Amino acid sequence: MLRLAVLGIALAIAAPAAAQESGQGGAVAAPTHFPIKEPELQRWTFAGPFGNFDQGQLQRGYFVYKEVCSTCHSMRLVAFRNLSQPGGPGFTDAQVKALAETFKIQDGPNDQGEMFERPGRPSDHFPSPYPNPQAAAAALGAAPPDLSMIAKARGIERGPLLTVVDFFTQYQEGGPDYIHALLTGYQDPPPGFNVPPGGHYNPYFNAAAVLAMPPPLTDGAVPYTDGAPQTVDQYARDVSAFLMWAAEPHLVERKRMGMMAIIFLVVFAGLMFATKRKVWSGVAH
Amino acid sequence: MDSHSTYEPKNGAARWLESRLPVLGLVHSSFIAFPTPRNLNYWWNFGAILTFMLAVQIITGIVLAMHYTPNAALALDSTESIMRDVNYGWLLRYLHANGASLFFFAVYIHIFRGMFYGSYKAPREVLWIIGVLIFLVMMATAFMGYVLPWGQMSFWAATVITNLFSAIPIVGTTVTTWLWGGFSVDNATLNRFFSLHYLLPFVIAGLVMLHIWALHVPGNGNPTGVNVKSKDDTVPFHPYYTIKDVFGLSVFLILFAWIVFYIPNFLGHPDNYVAADPLKTPAHIVPEWYFLPFYAILRSIPNKLLGVIALFGSIAILLFLPWLDTSRIRSAVYRPIYRQFFWIFVIVTIGLGYLGSQPPEGIYVIIGRILTVYYFLHFLVILPVIGIVEKPKPLPASISEAVLAKNGHAPAVAGAK
Repeated sequence: MLRLAVLGIALAIAAPAAAQESGQGGAVAAPTHFPIKEPELQRWTFAGPFGNFDQGQLQRGYFVYKEVCSTCHSMRLVAFRNLSQPGGPGFTDAQVKALAETFKIQDGPNDQGEMFERPGRPSDHFPSPYPNPQAAAAALGAAPPDLSMIAKARGIERGPLLTVVDFFTQYQEGGPDYIHALLTGYQDPPPGFNVPPGGHYNPYFNAAAVLAMPPPLTDGAVPYTDGAPQTVDQYARDVSAFLMWAAEPHLVERKRMGMMAIIFLVVFAGLMFATKRKVWSGVAH
Repeated sequence: MDSHSTYEPKNGAARWLESRLPVLGLVHSSFIAFPTPRNLNYWWNFGAILTFMLAVQIITGIVLAMHYTPNAALALDSTESIMRDVNYGWLLRYLHANGASLFFFAVYIHIFRGMFYGSYKAPREVLWIIGVLIFLVMMATAFMGYVLPWGQMSFWAATVITNLFSAIPIVGTTVTTWLWGGFSVDNATLNRFFSLHYLLPFVIAGLVMLHIWALHVPGNGNPTGVNVKSKDDTVPFHPYYTIKDVFGLSVFLILFAWIVFYIPNFLGHPDNYVAADPLKTPAHIVPEWYFLPFYAILRSIPNKLLGVIALFGSIAILLFLPWLDTSRIRSAVYRPIYRQFFWIFVIVTIGLGYLGSQPPEGIYVIIGRILTVYYFLHFLVILPVIGIVEKPKPLPASISEAVLAKNGHAPAVAGAK
């Protein structure tokens, strides 16, 4: 959580803590601190004060999500209509309508009291692959988390010093960095490490050394039409960006408004300072 | 408040109202003509900033409540619908959530300012005590507000904090069940927290009025701690302090905007974007940053009941500060020993905050205990003793004299009417 209160002053206390953490790094056979490896930070177009989503990347990310993730994961808070909203993937209203119609949505009850299926409409939310988490758990072993907010529900441990730095550099991309690292981080376990059946070794997973999700991406699995490389790394990058948009659909609007608000406030504060000096000019204080 | 007013209604309507309800005169004497020491520095801006933040929290909160559903099955979805579908809902929610953080940031500066300049000393003890009560009600309000989105941290924070009451001997379990409205934190708990979260800000607003009333009887303290002795020591509140407060507030708002628009989730925990799950305890349950020092004190005591007593004691002890500080000198500027211990106390509090964010194991526990003991020693031993042994520096004869000394040859009286 936030360590704003810490600022730089708790350094004396942080020093033994850092020593303790580095002492844990070498333990491979029975790691106790997760993730075993810290994610590598990526460059994102939506980072920083002028951040903006790359529409092409969000569209590619949506296709990766639709072809791969959505077979197991739900994304119940996002509606088809969101896909054509400003600051998003930039599909046209016609594209969204056609896309929604490819889905069967359960509706009802009708005036006979029965549930029925109809083609999707832009106002429908993304349908979930399983009717409830219990059904998902029965089919897959464990219920996969809903992806609507996953990019804000995951993060990176930054430690007290970097946390202070992050305040000024506006680092807020721990979620997509984590997701990218996880999706590209599947690897062979170190010698002597026993992977339990149904588990997959991934040192970037934040809760254990193995997770139930098998490596979801393979090179060339999702065809791209815009010439972007069809690699695991590119897929992971695109879907992480898409998940960030899904979690924070007003991000671009927020940052634009922030720039205007801060410029206004700086000018306003400057004027108020000048006025204050004028008012106080005849009064020693 | 009292009659510093030179207010004379300028038109018929104002005269008509004033002779029936002298509210215009009250406003004039309290916020226009009010004689205010001429030497207040920028640390005195935070009263106005806090009043503004309370208004921001109440206004954004009322609009959020129009869209929020206090039901365990719907709370998270309605919060997200505010973020996604309500016009500027994301702005309202980020203003409100981060506004709480900045409210506490400002209140901590305000409290430390009071400690440094001895603002709690006679004749301002009641003013200080009302301030501590405001702080307590703020803590309750913020805690219940954090529960409302019904994420993992909401749920588990509610569980941890309400469980504190189970430490009370004999009736603990009964009290906890009564607080929950059931046998665990559940829909009934969320529902009543919402109700109280809507009520308490108005209690704070009432206490703030008493706080300002109690301030306006003796008038403001000031950095020298010397009483106002003549008209030369003061300036009217308007325009001198209205403009200074507006400037200070604008700078504060730049910080607020930076957080709200660029790093709105910096102060929150990612786990609170995961739906509450009573069957899954998060790896580390941590409160919001502004509770961390008190959380560290709670965890430093191995016995649950004593830990809870220490937690509440660490705030309750502030109520007795006017009598624990035995020095008659108000301002730390003229108290060479106290000034050093003041800064040690600030660092200890921040250190406790850091420890509160860390898992309670190994070296953290030991340092946490040392700092907890120091926290109480500061009030119970250090303050009373320093007041007796310290030899204060000579005080200026008056505020004007101090201002004159600071400004060299500058005119000390010009402009003060």
